[in-house]
Amino acid sequence: MGAKTLYDKLWDEHVVRYDDKGTALLYIDRHLVHEVTSPQAFAGLRLAGRRPRRVETNLAVPDHNVPTLDRARGIADPVSRLQVQTLAENCAEFGITELGMADPRQGIVHVIGPEQGFTLPGMTIVCGDSHTSTHGAFGALAFGIGTSEVEHVLATQCLIQRKSRSMLIRVEGILGPGVTAKDLALTIIGGIGTAGGTGFVIEFGGEAIRALSMEGRMTLCNMAIEAGARSGLIAVDETTLEYVRGRPFAPQGARFEQAAARWRTLVSDPDAAFDRTLWFDAAAIEPQVTWGTSPEMVTPVNGRVPDPRDEPDPVKAEGMRRALEYMGLTPGTAITAIRPDKVFIGSCTNSRIEDLRAAAQVVAGRRVADNIDLALVVPGSGPIKAQAEAEGLDRVFTAAGCEWREPGCSMCLAMNADRLAPGERCASTSNRNFEGRQGPGGRTHLVSPAMAAAAAITGHFTDVRAL
Amino acid sequence: MDKFENFTGIVCPLDRANVDTDAIIPKQFLKSIERTGFGPNLFDEWRYLDQGEPGQDCRHRPRNPEFVLNDPRYQNAQILLARENFGCGSSREHAPWALADFGFRVLLAPSFADIFFNNCFKNGLLPIELAAERIEALFRTASGPEALRIAVDLPRQTLTPAGGEPISFTVDSFRKHCLLAGLDDIGLTLEHLDDIRAYEDRYQTQTPWLFPENDPETP
Ligand code: SF4
Repeated sequence: MGAKTLYDKLWDEHVVRYDDKGTALLYIDRHLVHEVTSPQAFAGLRLAGRRPRRVETNLAVPDHNVPTLDRARGIADPVSRLQVQTLAENCAEFGITELGMADPRQGIVHVIGPEQGFTLPGMTIVCGDSHTSTHGAFGALAFGIGTSEVEHVLATQCLIQRKSRSMLIRVEGILGPGVTAKDLALTIIGGIGTAGGTGFVIEFGGEAIRALSMEGRMTLCNMAIEAGARSGLIAVDETTLEYVRGRPFAPQGARFEQAAARWRTLVSDPDAAFDRTLWFDAAAIEPQVTWGTSPEMVTPVNGRVPDPRDEPDPVKAEGMRRALEYMGLTPGTAITAIRPDKVFIGSCTNSRIEDLRAAAQVVAGRRVADNIDLALVVPGSGPIKAQAEAEGLDRVFTAAGCEWREPGCSMCLAMNADRLAPGERCASTSNRNFEGRQGPGGRTHLVSPAMAAAAAITGHFTDVRAL
Repeated sequence: MDKFENFTGIVCPLDRANVDTDAIIPKQFLKSIERTGFGPNLFDEWRYLDQGEPGQDCRHRPRNPEFVLNDPRYQNAQILLARENFGCGSSREHAPWALADFGFRVLLAPSFADIFFNNCFKNGLLPIELAAERIEALFRTASGPEALRIAVDLPRQTLTPAGGEPISFTVDSFRKHCLLAGLDDIGLTLEHLDDIRAYEDRYQTQTPWLFPENDPETP
C-alpha cells in the first residue's frame, strides 16, 4: 500500500468486509442518540425482537426539544414532552446511558460527545443528525445518518457504506484578529457552494487549521455538512490530545498513553493523493454575514447585498431573487445597514466556552441596542454553562441585557419555545439560514459569536474588528 | 419494505434549487414518534397558506394556488422532478417518509444531498441523478399544458417519457437489488455476524479503549 490519507486510514481500519460489488460493511465505534430521530428506530428494534449489539457504545441525550427556561417545570408542549419521554423510556428499556434533562452533563449532542470524552480520535462515530461531522475535528470519521441507519447501527454495530471521494482544503496563513473558524467555514462554503463537497469527505489542513483550538476545529467540521460533504476531518495533533486527556469517558493513565501513540498516526501521509485539493488564504478572510436562505449566500461584513441581475446562471439568479424576497432585502444594501430584531448565540456550531468568551468580550461594559428585542445566549451544555458562570460570563451577558439560558438546541431550529416570529430578523451563530429554520417566516443571518455580539450592541451588523 | 415495481407516473416539476429537508417536512412535524402520516404535511410551508401544526386535519386548510403540488395537472404525481442539491440540510428521514407517504416513488434531479440520497433507498424511494441538460428538457415538457407521464423500469434502468425515447440511468447495483427484492438491510447485515465478531476480536486487542465493557483499565 502506498501513502494514505487520514480518511483512507480510518476507513481501512473499520471495514468488516466488502461484498462483491465493493460495498463495505463499516464497523461503528460510537453512536450518539437524541430524541428526534430515534423513536422510530427503537420501535423497529422492538418489533423485530432485536437488542442493541453493544449497548455501551451508545450515549443518548435530549436536546432539540428541551426548554431553555424553567426546566423544573418540565416541557409545556405535549408533543415535545412525549418525544423526550419516549427517549428516556427507550434508553431505560434497552439499557442505554442517557444524560437526561435534569443531568448536569446534558447538552447538545455534538457538544457533549467531545466534552465527555465519548468522542475520541480514530473512531467511527454516527448520530441521526447531520452535524455529526463536528466530531471529525478529532481525527474521527463521523457522519450523520437517517433513522433506518440508527436502527441498523443499534442492531448490528455496523453500517453499509461506500467510500466517498477525498478532498483536501488547505488553509494557509493565519486568520486575522476578530476572524474566527466560523468566518472561515462560511468563506469556504461561499467559495465552493453548498453542494461543493457532495460525495466527498473533506480534510481541512494547513497552518490556519493547526492554529485553531479544538473549539474552532469543531465549528469548522460542524459546517462541513453545509458544504454538502459527508464528513469533515482534521488530523490529530497535540491540541487534540490535550483536549481529550482526562475527559470522563476517555482512557486514563497508561491506557491513555497507549491510545495516544496510536492516535498520533492519524494524519494524512505527506505524499497521500486526494481526489481534489483546494487552497484558501487565511489572511484574506474577513468576518462573514449571510444575506440569503442558504449558507453559500454569504458576503464579508463590509460588502453589500448582491444583485441577482449580475448572476449569469438563471437558476441561481432565480434562487437569489427568491431569497432576497424572503429575507426582505434589496440588492445593493450595505450589510452593515441591516438591523436584526433578535440575536441568538448558541447551537452545536458556536456554543462552546470559547464562543461564549468571545461574545462576552464584545458585550462587556456595553448595552444591547434598543432595536434588539431579545439577545439570547444558550450554552451548549451543562458543564459549559457552569464554566461560564464560574468565569462570570453570565453576569457580563445579563448586565448587557442578554438572556442567559439552559443548554439545548434552542433557536437553532426552534423546536422548543425559542423561535422567531414571521418577518423577524436574527443574527445567529447557528449553521442554517433556510426558510423557516428559526421559526416560520423568520429571517436568519449566520455570523460568528463575536459578530453576533457586535450586532446586539450596535443594533446592526458591524465589523467586530472596528469596535 | 415493499418491493419496487415498475410503473408509469405523472411528473411534478419543482423548480427550485437547494430544496432542503426543512422545506420538505418542517420541524414541527418531527415531533411525531411514528414513521407514517407525514404526506399531508409534505412541503407544508409552501403548500398551505396557514401555519401548519401537528395533528391538524389538512383537508380543509387553505392551499397556496401558486405551489406546484396544488396544480390540478400534478395531482397524484409519483415522480418528482427537482433541481440541484435536492434534500440538503438535516438528516431527518422524515423527509423521504413524507415524500413516500404522499405517493412519490421516483425523484429526478441533477444532484442530491448525500444523507437524503441514502435515506431514500431505505424507504423504497428511487432517487435518480440525470445530467443537467436532461433535467432542463424534462422541466420544459413537464411544465407544458399537459402533465408528462414517464414509465419507470428499474430492472432495465430506463425512464421512458410518453411518446419519447427511453433514457437510461445508473443506480448502485446493491441498492437496486434491495429495492427490487424489498430487502431489509439489517437482516442482510446480520448474515455476516461471524465477520463482525472476528472484527471485534481483532480490534479489541489492538484498541482496548474502544471496548470499555471488556477493558478493566477504562473508566
Ligand atoms: S444545535 Fe442545531 S444543528 Fe446542532 S444538533 Fe441542535 S438543532 Fe441540530
